[in-house]
Formats: sequence, C-alpha cells, structure tokens
Amino acid sequence: MLVNRADSRPINVLVVGVGGQGVIMVSKVLAQLCLEQGYEVKQSEVHGMAKRGGSVFSHIRFGARVWSPTIPEGEADVLLAMEWAEGLRWLPSLEPERGIFIADTRRIVPPFAFRNRRRGADPAYITTRPDEVLDRVAGGYAIDATREAEALGNGRAANTVLLGALSTALGFPAEDWLAVISRFVPSKTIETNRQAFHRGRTVIEAGDLPDLSAPPAAPAAAAPVATATPATDRVTWRIEPSWCKGCNVCVTICPERCLALDQRKVAVLAAPDACTGCRLCEYLCPDLAITVSDGALSVAIEGAASPQPAAADPGSRR
Amino acid sequence: MSTRRRGLPSRRETDQDDGQRPRVTRWRRPAHEGRAGGNVEHNTTDTDTVILAGRAAAATEDRTIDDRSDDRSADDVVVRPVSRTADRTVRPLTGNEAIARGAWEAGVRVAAAYPGTPSTEILEALATYPADDVHAQWSTNEKVALDVAIGASFSGVRALCAMKHVGLNVAADALMSMTYIGVNGGLVLAVCDDPGIHSSQNEQDSRLVARLGNIPCLEPTDAGEARAFMHLAFELSERFDTPVIVRATTRLSHTRSLVEIGERHEVAPKPFVEDRRKNVMIPGHARARHPLLLEREAAVAARLAEPDLARIDEGERTVGVITVGLPYAYVKEVLPTARVLKLAASYPLPEDRIAAFCRSVERVVVVEELEPVIEDTVRRLGFAVEGKAVVPRVGELSPERLRHGLAEIGVLGPVTRPAPVVEAAPLVRPPVLCAGCPHTTSYFALRALGARVAGDIGCYTLATIEPLRAIDTCVSMGSSIANAVGMAKAGQETRPIVATIGDSTFLHAGIPPLIDAVYNSTDITVMILDNQITAMTGGQDHPGTGRTLRGEPAPKVDFEALVRSTGVAWVRQIDPYDVGGLFRTLREAIAHRGVSVVIANRPCVLDPVKIKGPPLEVREDDCIACQSCMNLGCPAIGWSDGWHDGHHKVRIDAESCIGCTICAQVCVAGCIVPTKTAAH
Ligand code: SF4
Ligand code: SF4
Ligand code: SF4
Ligand code: SF4
Ligand code: SF4
Repeated sequence: MLVNRADSRPINVLVVGVGGQGVIMVSKVLAQLCLEQGYEVKQSEVHGMAKRGGSVFSHIRFGARVWSPTIPEGEADVLLAMEWAEGLRWLPSLEPERGIFIADTRRIVPPFAFRNRRRGADPAYITTRPDEVLDRVAGGYAIDATREAEALGNGRAANTVLLGALSTALGFPAEDWLAVISRFVPSKTIETNRQAFHRGRTVIEAGDLPDLSAPPAAPAAAAPVATATPATDRVTWRIEPSWCKGCNVCVTICPERCLALDQRKVAVLAAPDACTGCRLCEYLCPDLAITVSDGALSVAIEGAASPQPAAADPGSRR
Repeated sequence: MSTRRRGLPSRRETDQDDGQRPRVTRWRRPAHEGRAGGNVEHNTTDTDTVILAGRAAAATEDRTIDDRSDDRSADDVVVRPVSRTADRTVRPLTGNEAIARGAWEAGVRVAAAYPGTPSTEILEALATYPADDVHAQWSTNEKVALDVAIGASFSGVRALCAMKHVGLNVAADALMSMTYIGVNGGLVLAVCDDPGIHSSQNEQDSRLVARLGNIPCLEPTDAGEARAFMHLAFELSERFDTPVIVRATTRLSHTRSLVEIGERHEVAPKPFVEDRRKNVMIPGHARARHPLLLEREAAVAARLAEPDLARIDEGERTVGVITVGLPYAYVKEVLPTARVLKLAASYPLPEDRIAAFCRSVERVVVVEELEPVIEDTVRRLGFAVEGKAVVPRVGELSPERLRHGLAEIGVLGPVTRPAPVVEAAPLVRPPVLCAGCPHTTSYFALRALGARVAGDIGCYTLATIEPLRAIDTCVSMGSSIANAVGMAKAGQETRPIVATIGDSTFLHAGIPPLIDAVYNSTDITVMILDNQITAMTGGQDHPGTGRTLRGEPAPKVDFEALVRSTGVAWVRQIDPYDVGGLFRTLREAIAHRGVSVVIANRPCVLDPVKIKGPPLEVREDDCIACQSCMNLGCPAIGWSDGWHDGHHKVRIDAESCIGCTICAQVCVAGCIVPTKTAAH
C-alpha cells in the first residue's frame, strides 16, 4: 500500500466570502507575496458568478512544489472568511489539528434568506455564534473588520485589516506584506492601509477582540415572535362573495400571487399555502370584501356577521 | 532548523530540503483568557515543520513587528522575486493568460472568439499584446470566430480560436469539414470545458468531439504547460496538416501559477495554396480526404508516443497510473510515489506506449476527468484497468475525490473524516441579479402578466430562481425564440408566450429564429433585453456596443432597424426602469397578433461602468411589510428590525442600492423615498 506523504505538502490558505467583497483581491496579494518570498504558488478561484453576490472562494497554496491547484479537503492551514456564514460553510476544509480560522463577523444576508415571509418568520441565516465555534477549532479568531477599519476612518480598508490578521498566521515579515499591499491599493490610501494592516495584527495579537458571546450585529435582530406565537403562520382568508365585483385588484396586488378570479368572477384564494397573511388584499379591496386573520383569532370570530380585523396583534411591534 | 525560534522560510532552505513543508506560524488562543487579557499563548505542534514566528514571539520578547532585522536571522536570504532568482523570466499567469502568452509567442497573427466562461480571458489577454503582432477580435459567435480563424489559416498565417465547451458545438459544423481540409497556417482551438458546471448549461467532455473530428487534443496540466502546449499545438498543426485542440478546464483556466515565459517567435506567412481538391469540400474531394485523416491520426499518435509527450514518472510498480491534463496534478498530490504515465494528449492515444506501460505495472489505474476516453482504449488493448470505478464520470475532480476513490479500491488506506465543528446546514446563497439590474423589472412584469417565458443564456437566466421565478425554459444560446415558436405551434399554451433574450445572445444566435418566427407567422412576443454589454462573462463588447475588443470605436448595430428588416411589424423600445410603461407596453405587445418585439433598453449597472446613483430609503413608519418590493429580489433590500402585523418591515442598504427607483415604483404604501426626504 502506498502512503500519502502528507508531510511534504505545501501551506494552504483558503479565502472565502461573498461576491463583490474582494476575495480575489485579497488572495492575489497573498499569492504575490508568496511568490516574492520565493515559493511556487498556485492560486485557484472560480469566478464567473463572483460579482453577483454568490459564494466565492479562492485557494492559495505555496511551498517548494505545489501540485493540486485546490486544497484537499481538511488540509487548509488557514481559513480566512470575509463573511461569517461563508466561514462556517468552509469550516470542514480546515485542518482539524492545527488549522487557523480567522473570520470577519460581518453578516451578509442574501435575498434568498427572506423567502419565508409568513408571520413571525425570521431571516434564514445561520444562527451559530462565534463563541460556539472558535473554541472548537485549533486556532480561532473572529474580528469585526469593517468596524475596525471604520474606527480608522475608512471602512473600505476592512480587507486590509483582514490581511493584517492573516499575516499573524504566516511567517512573513510585516514590511513585506505592506510592500505588496501598497502596490495593490491607490497611492493616496497607502497610509490608511498601513494603519489598517497593523490594526488587524494588533486585534489578533493583543487579543483585542469583540465580545464574542454577544450575537454578531444583525440586520434583522432575532425577535422572539416566531416562538411566542407559533400558530400565527396559519392564516384565514375569507371573502364575502356578494360584495366582490371582480375588479381583479387583489389578484394583481397580492405579492405572493395566490389569488385568482373564479368562473363567477369572484376572487378566490387559489394557492392557500402561499398566502402569508400580509393583508394587502384586505387593505386594497375597494369593496371591503376580503378579511384576513391569523389562525388564533379566526376561531373567535367564526360566525360573526361582520368580521373585524384582528384586534390584538401578537406580532406587532408598534 | 527546528531550533530557530523565529525566521522566515526562505528560498534557499526550500531549495535544499525539497519536499519539506515550509513553516507556518501556528498559535492557539486558549478559551476566553486569550481574548480578554491579550495573553496570547502559542505552541508548536510539530517542531520539524512548524516554527514559531511573527508577533506571538515578538510579544514575549518585546520586539516590534516592524523591526525587520529582528524578524530574520543573519543567515536568512534576502527576499527576492522568483523571477530574478534564476536566469529565466517567470510570471504568475492564469491558465487562460498562459494560453494567450503561448499563442503570442508562437507567432499567432489572427485570433477570434465569442466570450464564454471559463474561456473569456484568453482573447482579453491576447488583446494586451501589440496590435501589430496579432489581430484579436470578438466575433458574433463561435462558428464565426472559427471561420475567421480558418480564413486566416487559408491565407497562411497562424490563427487561434477560443471558446468554451458549448461554443465548440456552435463551431462544430465548420470544424468537422475543416479537419478534412487541414491547414495552411497553423490553426489551434483553445477549448475550455467546465467540469462541475460552475458556469454553464452542461458538462460535456470536448475530448469526445476531438475524437469525432480526428483532431489532436492536447491537455495541459498547469499554466506553464498551457503556454508550452500552444507552441507544440501550432507545430503539430503545420507539421501534420491538422487543426489542433488545446483543451483546458475551468480549474486550469482560472488557476494562477508561475510560468516561464519566452519571446515572440515570428513565423513567416505562407502564400495562399490554390488547391481546390484540398480546400473545397465537395463530395468527390471529401471522399479522397477521409482516408488521409486516418493516416494523419497514426502519424500524430507516433509523435505523441515520444517520451517528451508521453512521459513516465518512475515509481513503485504496484500501481501504475495513466493520466492526462490537470488530473496529473491530483495524482501527484495524492499518490506521489506511484509510477505514472503522463500523456500530453487524449487523442490520438499512443497505444503501443500505453500497452508497454500497462505491462510494466501490477495494477493499472486511469485518472481522467469526465468521460472514460483513455480507460476505454486501455480496455480495448486488453488490459484490466480501473478508471471510472475510482473517480466518477460526473463532476469536477479534486484531490479528495481521487483519494476517496483510491481508498475504495484499496490503493490508499481508508479516509477518516473528523466530526464537523458546526452541525448547521450551510446557508443557501445563489448568485443573484445585481441591485438595480435592468433585467429585474422585465421578469417582474412577465411573471405578473402570467406569461410562459422561454429564457436564454445570460445574467437574466438568474431570474428563474426565487423570488422572480419568471423563466420557464432555458436551453442554449439563442434557443428562446425558436422554443417560443415551437410552443406557439404546438397550440397547447393558454398563457401568452414570450421569448426573452439578451443583446449579445440575440446577435449570437437570435436572428435566424426571429426570421423563422416572422416567416412562419407566429403569435409570440420577443423581448430583447439590451443592457449594452455581454454582462454575464464580465462585460465584453459586441457589435451592439460600438466598441471592439481593443476598445476601438466600431459601427453599432441598430436593433430596432435590424428587427424591422426581418419583417416584424410591431417593435417598441422601452426603459425597463419605467415599471408602469413596461407593463403597458408588454400588455400591448402580447395583445398584438403576430411577432411583436419589445426592446428593453438600459445599461448593465456593473459594466462597462459601474453605475451608482443616490440610494433610496424606506420610511419605516409607513411600511406595511407587504413584501411587494421583496419580490424584485434586489440584494439591497432586506428586513429591518421593525415589524408590522407579524411581518418584517424592510430596509434598504444604502451602500449597495444604486437608486434605480424600481422598488419605489412597486411599493403600495409609497414609503420608499430618496434619502434626503426621508428624515421626519
Ligand atoms: S379587490 Fe375586492 S372586489 Fe376586486 S376582485 Fe378582489 S375581492 Fe373582488
Ligand atoms: S393576505 Fe392577501 S395579499 Fe397577502 S398574501 Fe394573502 S392573499 Fe395575498
Ligand atoms: S452584471 Fe449587469 S446584467 Fe448582469 S446582473 Fe448585474 S446589472 Fe444585471
Ligand atoms: S432603488 Fe430599490 S430596487 Fe433599485 S437598487 Fe435601490 S433598493 Fe434596489
Ligand atoms: S413595498 Fe413598501 S410597504 Fe411593502 S414592504 Fe416594501 S417598503 Fe414596505
């Protein structure tokens, strides 16, 4: 049986993030640096969709001899994540014994995460907190690079903060990093980037890290609505057929496209599963023919002559 | 070395102990204390391969990171770029850049392509070389590009044509005749396959097309070899009177590695050869050419059998691996001690040399991506072989897939996987249309109008996913219009039938089907989504943009006049940012009996210039959380912390919003407003 000489393998750095964040730029800086340090380097990325907000990753491998352009699974010595959920996506790539995980706590929530619009639904974004992860990897660091860069007066230097953080994991001198970085940034911003780079180093070296037990800053705070009112996603949609004049307003306006006119030209809920209970049809029907209520209340008003909109609204924050 | 506490891996060291890993600094942050107290603990896990360096040591030794002299010991070599450590010029190039470099060095005079991921950068790179050396152009499609290259070859100069795998299908008609004719000036096709389907509609293996056309197919392993193989390809082409395919894959095309470059080698143009029996393919002439193809196959195979092109890496003979192209790198990564036969080409195969190799080892494994091209040949030669039993016939190959495959057949020990650190399923993050993409409203409207939409290839294909969900079919470049014709002629559809096609795709393959639709009086609506660029592949010019590949001014196609000239009576141009106007126009177009054409005219917000207007914002007090704006799928719109009636209100990310106003136009509550007026 042949043995795999894993000890002769190169150093592997995996840089991941979201399209448009600068993953390719960061990896080009590292690749150039490794090259100038005298190594054979392979830097592999798949772009094409990179600009359009998809998941982007770049493999950088350097050493005396590099074969595969991609990092074999479980052999990334350093995983640099420019976005929190992307970091978690690629964690299985990290070398389990010694791998270093450096993650920006920035959260970029994709449009896809807002697909469930039922009452009380929260964005479908990873809920795992940094403190749940960092102690379970060999070396784990989470930093808020954007905030660090903003503190220095230029939020756009966030990637350089991350490069500073990354530099602590690889044995190249800071000067050499800065020499390469200065060739990749506009000359006016060299000083800012220099500060940002050092900030990234300091954050990691001084352990000057954000309080990780707190959840990362979220665009949509995790509100307890879903758990507080589990029944509210059941929506009752009712129509008073004799009031409907078949004007089609509700059909066109429904954001979930769940209404239709039947043969009698009366609005019907054609796709009940898709209705989120947004009430737009109720608000906009010129003849007040539609009533939307959540499941809990529909029992109470059953049989009432003139159904009222829900009086108590457990989901409302106002 | 392990006693040195600080220092850099240097060129000299790695040269000496070749095969030794360079050192990486590793340190561990102990749970919580390190973070709070700044007391970073470090440890080395392996003294042979890991050296403590960097700031961790500096902290304990009270040195500064910037003190360079402290960072190195005296015997460290001064850091120098690789390009100057040896007497050769080395540059980091991607596979595509290396293909362009090799072609330029080999004296290519004419190059043509239609953009297509992953091949696009070949022509872009070639256009950076002097215009006097090489004429590089975007053609309207791959067949045109190949015909241009063939013409240049007839005229006696070296010519290149680049395309992605599916582009080869478009060019195949010309190619399959061209292979009978042969070349005058060398003719090379750079074809990029897309195993893993990173950015394509299928995963076809172009090596089978090479075999179909009796065309030599070279497969480089890395960028350095890609450059070298371009020289080889032109030589083979002229020596054996054949077109040659250099096949890359996405991974090779987009991997940057060091390439030793050379100078341009001018090749004197040959005179035009007036030989109608060779250059004019009529049945009588073609019949005489076909046997010559088979002779050519044998002659090329003999050349490809020579040791420089069918190289053997000595090693243990328990397992012998036959491989070609990028998979060779995976083999060396995973199975560094095996005896390997590395082929330069997958067609024609040097059968005698393969047979000799098979006899020299106890067990034969073929490692190739996608189709079992080599494996089938080895089996036909009468040897027991394992190929697709080791690595699958679908998907991109990777070191781990190879390792798993080798473990399964017992060549490597079983692979153990550690338990995952995080249990949660990864976040779903498909690519989306850009914030403010001009395609958004077209699909928003088509979905609202209940159209049956035949889609096409471009960024807008993304409108098939949530939340737009507006494209029902997408086949290949230019298919939309003729697919719509077929749907209409089938007579089953109760919804209005609409074909949507981008400007570049329309010029590529949309004009003949439009003529077909008019000619056969079809009742369909065609939307030409004119965003004035080839956006999907990263912003390339085309005949509708008024600029050439080298950025020079060019005549601009007038889409409306072009459409009218095909006999379409109902044509309207609209601005897709005018949502109301778009709805009205589409209703009219659908009501028109016969072919109606709507040209939606708005530039892409990303290329050629990034468009960024003042952002809009949501007046949150008035938002009724109806989610109508969310249906646009604009990535700048997300949920805020506010709630209304159990639903999230929305907010707009000022940084990514480009101010296109379409969300404000669809908002029922009128609460999306320009930033300034939002203050209450
Ligand atoms: S808006 Fe009201 S009146 Fe008009 S179709 Fe809908 S339910 Fe009927
Ligand atoms: S409440 Fe009315 S408008 Fe809203 S999703 Fe349900 S049916 Fe559509
Ligand atoms: S690149 Fe242009 S066409 Fe493509 S999604 Fe972005 S804006 Fe739309
Ligand atoms: S104006 Fe609205 S739709 Fe346009 S980019 Fe901004 S948020 Fe997106
Ligand atoms: S369309 Fe207007 S009211 Fe509805 S969620 Fe969007 S901003 Fe709020």
